[in-house]
Amino acid sequence: MDKLIVSSSPHIKAKSTTARIMLDVIIALMPTAILSIYYFSYVAALIIVTSVSSCVLFEYLFNLITKKKHSETDLSCVVTGLILALNMPPLKSSIILSIIGAFIAIVVIKMLFGGIGQNIFNPAASARLFLTASFSSLMTVYVAPLTDGVTAATPLAISEGEALPSYLDLFLGKTAGSLGETAAVTLIAGGIYLIIRKVISWEIPVTYIATVALLSLLFGQDPLYCILAGGLMIGSIYMATDYTTSPMTTKGKLIFAAGLGIMTASIRRFGSNTEGVAYSLIFMNALVPLIDKFTAVKTFGRVKKK
Amino acid sequence: MIKKFKNIKGGVTLPHKKGTSEIPTEKFPIPKLVEIPMQQHIGACCEVLVNKGDYVYVGQVLGDTEKFVSAPIHSSVSGKVTQIKDITLYNGAKSVSIVIETDGNQNLLPGISKPDIATKEKFLKAVRSSGLTGLGGAGFPAHIKLDTKEKIPEALIVNAVECEPYITCDYRAIIEEGNEIVKGVKLILEKLSIPKAYIALEDNKPEAFNLLKELVKQDARIEVVMLATKYPQGAEKMLIYALTGREVPMNGLPIDIGVVVMNVTSVLALFKYCETGIPLVSRRLTVDGSGVMEKGNYHVVFGTYIKDIFEYCQGDYQKTLKVLCGGPMMGITAESYESPMIKQNNAFLFMTQEDLDFIEETACIRCGRCIDACPMGLMPLTLNKYALAKMTEELQKYNIMNCIECGSCSYVCPAKRHLVQSFRLGKELLKKAKVKNG
Repeated sequence: MDKLIVSSSPHIKAKSTTARIMLDVIIALMPTAILSIYYFSYVAALIIVTSVSSCVLFEYLFNLITKKKHSETDLSCVVTGLILALNMPPLKSSIILSIIGAFIAIVVIKMLFGGIGQNIFNPAASARLFLTASFSSLMTVYVAPLTDGVTAATPLAISEGEALPSYLDLFLGKTAGSLGETAAVTLIAGGIYLIIRKVISWEIPVTYIATVALLSLLFGQDPLYCILAGGLMIGSIYMATDYTTSPMTTKGKLIFAAGLGIMTASIRRFGSNTEGVAYSLIFMNALVPLIDKFTAVKTFGRVKKK
Repeated sequence: MIKKFKNIKGGVTLPHKKGTSEIPTEKFPIPKLVEIPMQQHIGACCEVLVNKGDYVYVGQVLGDTEKFVSAPIHSSVSGKVTQIKDITLYNGAKSVSIVIETDGNQNLLPGISKPDIATKEKFLKAVRSSGLTGLGGAGFPAHIKLDTKEKIPEALIVNAVECEPYITCDYRAIIEEGNEIVKGVKLILEKLSIPKAYIALEDNKPEAFNLLKELVKQDARIEVVMLATKYPQGAEKMLIYALTGREVPMNGLPIDIGVVVMNVTSVLALFKYCETGIPLVSRRLTVDGSGVMEKGNYHVVFGTYIKDIFEYCQGDYQKTLKVLCGGPMMGITAESYESPMIKQNNAFLFMTQEDLDFIEETACIRCGRCIDACPMGLMPLTLNKYALAKMTEELQKYNIMNCIECGSCSYVCPAKRHLVQSFRLGKELLKKAKVKNG
């Protein structure tokens, strides 16, 4: 007897854990991953497997070499790997490139900054930008789905006068593009799942998408086409909502997402790139500490001095 | 003054686990030995007024002090003082305690009679003499709280929220002594000329709500208010906000915004004293947790050892890992079974592996759930970072002293960060830094 545990309250905790949150994100991305395999066959499967396993391996090795506590079990490296894979074009070269991308995402962007919760930039978005800058010819060639590697332009890159894909094709992802950025339907379904599970809140995706729609309308573009095409869906639902690289407060999230929307729509309209999600993310990631500072919540009982 | 949508900011939804709510209160037998500490309230420690070997009666003053924030401490039993010794209480308070060997007769102090409460001054004096301190858990002397000087409160809020899981002693008090509680509320309204009273409880206690509603039917001054169940709505500042939308200013008191809050069991104790003149010597106590067989509410005299309660309720020493004084969210762990029960103990929870969560702390993922859960509008993850880095200036800037240690942030944290624990540390650091810098 008398061997009682003395500890600080609270003595009970909610069931949610980091690993469970990450598992939810993985579950939410599964339909998109499966659909990408359907559209782009075994190449997509190989990219996903390679990307996920290299992310896990790099994190494991980093922890091993730096003698840090093993963090792979929190599954966040699996999420990074999955998102990175879905950002790759469906080419055989992407299998090798995803290993390089995984190294950039996990080792350079995440672990060197201190691991989960410490990195400034979104790992998958950074890796995608790194690969695009370094291997631009391999990262900007896309193939049409359900074909045997017939190259095609992505919906945002189709030059004027040519036939645009229908809304339905965009919605179902039957267009050229990277593995996971094409199918709005599965991405939205996963997003709804995450909101129901309270893993993410609506503020970032809804504000981001709405801002892009509004601005493209102002720029004289087709707003529905603009939000369905390209990386906006995966970017707004799965990448911009990354806890570590987005603001903590609701107000901050709204500002962050509006900023993303303005950046993305402007890059698409005025920039030389057809796609702007990853650039916007990296830019806005850098502003997060500032946004956090100016949107700090108001403390209870703080009354104005009369 | 009551607002339409009654809610608090933040907070969490907890499992209730109020399994003892329908068990009638049982009188706990007078133990052979009691130990009565001289520090059972927030404020100054009482000086011992008896000597070793003295015979003491129930209701006899054992200790008191001239110092401002204090309340007298009475003997809860009749018997012989066998020892006066130093004690460290479960909450870390160091004081002197009086050990009494009981004779089992519970002889009342001769000459005890109904107190004179004719005027406000006499009433407040009587409140002090009753030894009443906040029975909801804070242990703040009641006469100081009720003495609002020249300010007349707009309303008295009676706190029957009982938002912690397991605890049901306030609920049982309403069910068993609702009539006395309502009379007590009326007494306070009259004596302090307060125009209005709100008795607040959560919607997980419909029987108590209906009973009180029936009892106050004749009195337009008293309103029974049902709130949606949300933790920590029973915290004083939260309750006031939920009802009125007014925020108690930082470092301020409820009276600054026109209200006085009293726990329902405190109201009951005050009424009983005014009726009988017997000071506060016992209280209703919830005993629960998987470590005991005979769960329920017991009427226990102060000074009873946790050990006696544990054994009477058929506790299992092998299984019990933690003894909580209070609820699972804010309760303090007792170091040993040899600790005596004091006035502010509303529950002893004997927790086993199945009742508790022991999960290793992992890295913060910045999900922000703690911010959403904090009812005080703080940024727990930021405070955690600064507390661990011992950065006192930043702790001050982010208002660490405003934390009420309700545990909502630690509860929701998916990384299982020991947030509240670090804030306790941070508060101490800040206090020390302030002393150092004058």
